[in-house]
Amino acid sequence: MSDVKYSKEHEWIKIEGDVGTIGITKHATEMLGDIVFVELPDVGSSVEKDGNAGVVESTKAASDVFTPISGEVMENNQSIVENPGKINSDPENEAWFFKLKIKDKNELDSLMNKDEYDKFANESDS
Amino acid sequence: MEIKRTSLNKLHQEHKAKFVEFAGYEMPIQYSKGIVEEHKFTRSNSGIFDVSHMGQLFIYGDDALTEDLEKIFPLDLKKLKLNSSKYSFLMNEDAGIYDDLIITKIEKGYLIILNAACKDNDFKILSNLLKDKYKMNLDEEKSLIAIQGPKSADILDSILSGVSQLNFMNGNWFEYKNQKVFITRSGYTGEDGFEASIPNEFAEEFTKKLIENGALLIGLGARDTLRLEAGLCLYGHELGIDKTPIEANLKWAISKERIVNGGFIGSDKIINQIKEGTNQIRVGIKPEGRLIAREKTKVFNESELVIGEITSGTFGPSVSGPVAMGYVEKEFSKKDTKVFLEVRGKKHPANITGLPFYKKSYVKGATK
Repeated sequence: MSDVKYSKEHEWIKIEGDVGTIGITKHATEMLGDIVFVELPDVGSSVEKDGNAGVVESTKAASDVFTPISGEVMENNQSIVENPGKINSDPENEAWFFKLKIKDKNELDSLMNKDEYDKFANESDS
Repeated sequence: MEIKRTSLNKLHQEHKAKFVEFAGYEMPIQYSKGIVEEHKFTRSNSGIFDVSHMGQLFIYGDDALTEDLEKIFPLDLKKLKLNSSKYSFLMNEDAGIYDDLIITKIEKGYLIILNAACKDNDFKILSNLLKDKYKMNLDEEKSLIAIQGPKSADILDSILSGVSQLNFMNGNWFEYKNQKVFITRSGYTGEDGFEASIPNEFAEEFTKKLIENGALLIGLGARDTLRLEAGLCLYGHELGIDKTPIEANLKWAISKERIVNGGFIGSDKIINQIKEGTNQIRVGIKPEGRLIAREKTKVFNESELVIGEITSGTFGPSVSGPVAMGYVEKEFSKKDTKVFLEVRGKKHPANITGLPFYKKSYVKGATK
């Protein structure tokens, strides 16, 4: 069983057991515009909830990527480093950013479900 | 101050523009296709840019005006033919740049195209220097629309017959629905193109005509990536009051005769810098890999000393990689010099490179 949750910083996390796959939402990519560069956290590094975990750059500007929960990075997605445009075309599936070993499942409680996030994204839009 | 809108604002909205404030105007940064596609469309087809926020300054006068303007601009204006244009600068005594501009000789005077953020100040400076001897009009009744890209000549010619006969950096009057429209063959994208000065009431329908004929509206975002690939300076980034045209590597824009004889504001400094060289100079900088180095990024040499700073940097869609311009100390300005760019605390390798990043395809003569 997998479950997807969302952060106020417009990241999504898909939870499968104690592994979380993290990326940025379609709404985020629409705000950013064409993504042309991405920097991912190193495999083996530890990231802290709401802390920096990479950078995405559009033609316009650089934006930090934050991790919605803490953990150890197990894998990062080199295919989006080679082809950042993938993040615009398939942000919530193939263009995941990194996978981490979840440190504390209680941290997931502060995140939003799909309906809550959609409402949040719509409101922050206007 | 209340935000200003151009005559095309409604049309921008209809085309789903994302707006930003630029020099007091609400301007489209991009439309629904996004910067990369808009950029590529301009290079392969024809893009329409609303540049109505820029100043269109008409100054009227006879030979005395030409003489007075030669005391200001480093140009041989006496030799400038009717309807011909030159790129130039408004400078202070130290050759610091107030603005970069295009000046065109028109009947009974000159038309000067000024940057939006500088135009009011330019007007004040020029009124003072010319001691209010001449009629000056910073025309708000006209829109300015740029049409850029390889198909622009055909598209525009189908609306205004004969424009494709214009030479590069030349203009003329054309008639659109009994309205006089001044068209110059020029632009700032590294592509063949035109700029149309047209009465505000006709700007929207004229633009719609261009769209019907296959051109697309393009935002300021792509305008920036296009001009950067073409190695062209943007005021407030590569150019400013703390930079001279010689430092900006724009000596080509100063008439040879004026370098010999001087006699314009800032000429002492310019002539001296040409003779003695400058400490710093504008260069192209190409980061290795995909890293983007933005404005204000510090440039280091191999001994880890700061030797300069980036003034513009982005991803170039047509060169499929990062591009930047900046100023470095003269001794590190040679092509292929290895430098390092500090981005997010880490130093990344880059190379000094020639400009432009993307080869221009300006039309020199008429195409038909």
